[in-house]
Amino acid sequence: MITFKIDGQQVKARPGWTVLETAREHGIEIPTLCFHPAVSASGACRLCMVELREGTWSKLVASCIYPVAEGLQVHTDTERVRNVRRWVLEMLLAACPASPEIAALAAKYDVVRTRFTSHDPDQTCMVCGLCARVCDEVVGLSAIAIVDRGVHKRVGAPFAKPTDICVACGSCVTVCPTGAMQAIFDSVRGEPTTALTQLAAQ
Amino acid sequence: MPNLSTALKMDPWRLQSGEELNRLRAQIIAGRDPQRPEIIICHGTGCLANGSDKVAKAFRAALEGKGIQAKVMPGIKTTGCHGFCSRGPLVIIRPQGLFYQRVKPKDVEEIVDHTLVHGKAVERLLYKDPSSGDLIFNEGEIPFYKLQQRIVLHNIGKIDPTDITDTIAAGGYQALAKALTTMTPEQVVAEMEKSGLRGRGGAGFPTGRKWRSALQAIKKKGRPVYVVVNGDEGDPGAFMDRTIMEGDPHAVLEGLIIGAYALGAAQGYLYVRAEYPLAIRHLEIAMHQAREYGLLGENILNSGFSFDARINRGAGAFVCGESTALFTSIEGKPGNPRPKYVRSVEEGLWGRPTVLNNVETWANVPLIIERGADWYAGLGVPHSTGTKVFSLVGKVNNVGLVEVPMGVSMAHIVEQIGGGVPDGKPFKAVQTGGPSGGCIPYSLKDTPVDFDSLTAAGSMMGSGAMIVMDHTDCVVDVGRYFLRFLEEESCGKCLPCRLGLTRLREILDNFSQGVGSEKDIEDLTSLSQAIQDGALCALGSSAPNPVLTTIRYFREEYLAHVQEHKCPAGVCKDLITYGIDPERCTGCMNCARQCPAQCITGKKKTAHVIDTHKCLRCGICKETCKFDAVFIS
Repeated sequence: MITFKIDGQQVKARPGWTVLETAREHGIEIPTLCFHPAVSASGACRLCMVELREGTWSKLVASCIYPVAEGLQVHTDTERVRNVRRWVLEMLLAACPASPEIAALAAKYDVVRTRFTSHDPDQTCMVCGLCARVCDEVVGLSAIAIVDRGVHKRVGAPFAKPTDICVACGSCVTVCPTGAMQAIFDSVRGEPTTALTQLAAQ
Repeated sequence: MPNLSTALKMDPWRLQSGEELNRLRAQIIAGRDPQRPEIIICHGTGCLANGSDKVAKAFRAALEGKGIQAKVMPGIKTTGCHGFCSRGPLVIIRPQGLFYQRVKPKDVEEIVDHTLVHGKAVERLLYKDPSSGDLIFNEGEIPFYKLQQRIVLHNIGKIDPTDITDTIAAGGYQALAKALTTMTPEQVVAEMEKSGLRGRGGAGFPTGRKWRSALQAIKKKGRPVYVVVNGDEGDPGAFMDRTIMEGDPHAVLEGLIIGAYALGAAQGYLYVRAEYPLAIRHLEIAMHQAREYGLLGENILNSGFSFDARINRGAGAFVCGESTALFTSIEGKPGNPRPKYVRSVEEGLWGRPTVLNNVETWANVPLIIERGADWYAGLGVPHSTGTKVFSLVGKVNNVGLVEVPMGVSMAHIVEQIGGGVPDGKPFKAVQTGGPSGGCIPYSLKDTPVDFDSLTAAGSMMGSGAMIVMDHTDCVVDVGRYFLRFLEEESCGKCLPCRLGLTRLREILDNFSQGVGSEKDIEDLTSLSQAIQDGALCALGSSAPNPVLTTIRYFREEYLAHVQEHKCPAGVCKDLITYGIDPERCTGCMNCARQCPAQCITGKKKTAHVIDTHKCLRCGICKETCKFDAVFIS
């Protein structure tokens, strides 16, 4: 067992665990959006940032991918952590104004309004990539892709063509943290007949 | 060349030992007449763009066609970049070392006739010292070169990068032979540690320590281990690595082979951006020739050590210069950075221990091995040893590539070597480290240029781009420029970078329109801090640096935009108006003809007037006016 501290509280973790896993095991709350225990962590949303301190040295890391180590001093609610959280949430409110889930999460951390104007009032997706990861890693189909890059990054079908390898299992809709996948689902899914027929034949 | 190998009785050129390398070198040098006239023509990308290939063609035609009456037929050599790019195309005539600048194909006949036949200089093509007005004949006497200390660049401009014998004659592969025959891998790593060399790619991590950590990782995980060259130089205004790869590709290769020997790597990768076709070609030629000579591949110099490398071309993404994105790109996946809580020396390319160093870092390795760590550590300043190559661009007289010891002052580089700002006024600021760096204001011109001093000033060494700005550059506009660049180049994976850079830029957009308040400056600072702390990779975490440093040093200018609705530098279009000074205007009608909005009226020989409602603020009238009558208010 590895022993270290989160917010001053002594915690124990198994080798190979992350800081987030350990925190949740001990009932310590760290917000996340792009994390789901069923798939690999990607460290994309940065809401789970925590501060590591050692003497005067300190550094922010994403707890969902940071491996535990003996003697770590983890802080989940410092000024720097709150600053990242606040700005990410404020930007998310503007990026996904139509998502009640995002609004609820932001409100939980006292972010109720945003200084930014929204570019798309109907947007709910913040491209965390959970849908693509679950389809790839759990379902094993890769029917969903993260297409384009940078500010143009979005969820879609591979090569922007509705795909008939989708078996309409709904895993992506289940893991989606903002409810966006319900709307995107139909644009990704092509004629599901081929795949379903194949499955039925097996 | 074939006669050389026959003379040495070698199985096509394959060198079997360090002695054979030395013998070959002596033979190449002996076969040359040091008094033979030689025409050296710069074929760096800058000079080529200015037509130096046409100059070379004209020289060939002139020499072949006319049958000149010199005793010895001159040789023609095309080399890598000489660095004095603003004066290109450059031609040097040896053995006198005459330095001709801005040579056009039509000048060639005169050079051949005056210099090669009659031994006289063509004065109008010589460099004129801007302060004294004296003509300077020799390259080494020009202040731009005289004030530099060229170590990494020492061969560039002298050797033909496509001919390995030229490199060997200049001492290439001596360090490799020394390492393979007289040093253990452990000694090579120890030498690198002792040299104090820090990575030239940006972060300045000590190279020796990186190699040492890799050795420790190998102990735990075993081999394979990979060595990788980061040649994905993408900072706007940076061309140091390109010049090294184009002008002295063997130096990079030799460093890489020595590194591979130190770490026991059998495979290396050179990741070079596809936008550098000449660098890629020269590296390919160099690797091919090195294999033929037994300097790369199986059983190098018959030492029992085998190593080979390949070139991977980057497809244009700036973020692929980031180590983990570079690895995923080599692995054939989209170039997204991966979170790096396990270091690359432990888990890099293909999940294996990997040493990734920048082009310039690798090119320093042979120098350190050949001349010793003590010599190297004596250059520069403690904690930032050696020299650094900078690309000096922007509002500066001598645009080009400079190499200086670490620790010289910013003013020395910009004012002495760079010759200052064109209009003679002091520079306003220098952006170091590209889009990830920061703006150093004139008031800090005596800052020593080394890793730690630049970081203390809020900027960073970065890869070595230095963009000089003068009083006509607006800091808000500069911030917007770099943010727009990074917005385009962000991979989009993490939220602080993907959403944050756009939001920062939007706030700056408002400033450029005079909209905002002091509170917005606080928001810019705190959002920047969140991006620095929160972003997944170095692209995001360093992206706010230009904004933060300009706020730190030019807060007044930000405030002027929103409080007085003025852009002091006269750049932000929404805050400026163009006008014509009736006292100065001669009524030449030039501006009126050029104006794309046709908003300038006035009769011939009477003062003109700009209709400010129609004016697009494009600035063409100001550029075209010969009487300096157009002003910005």
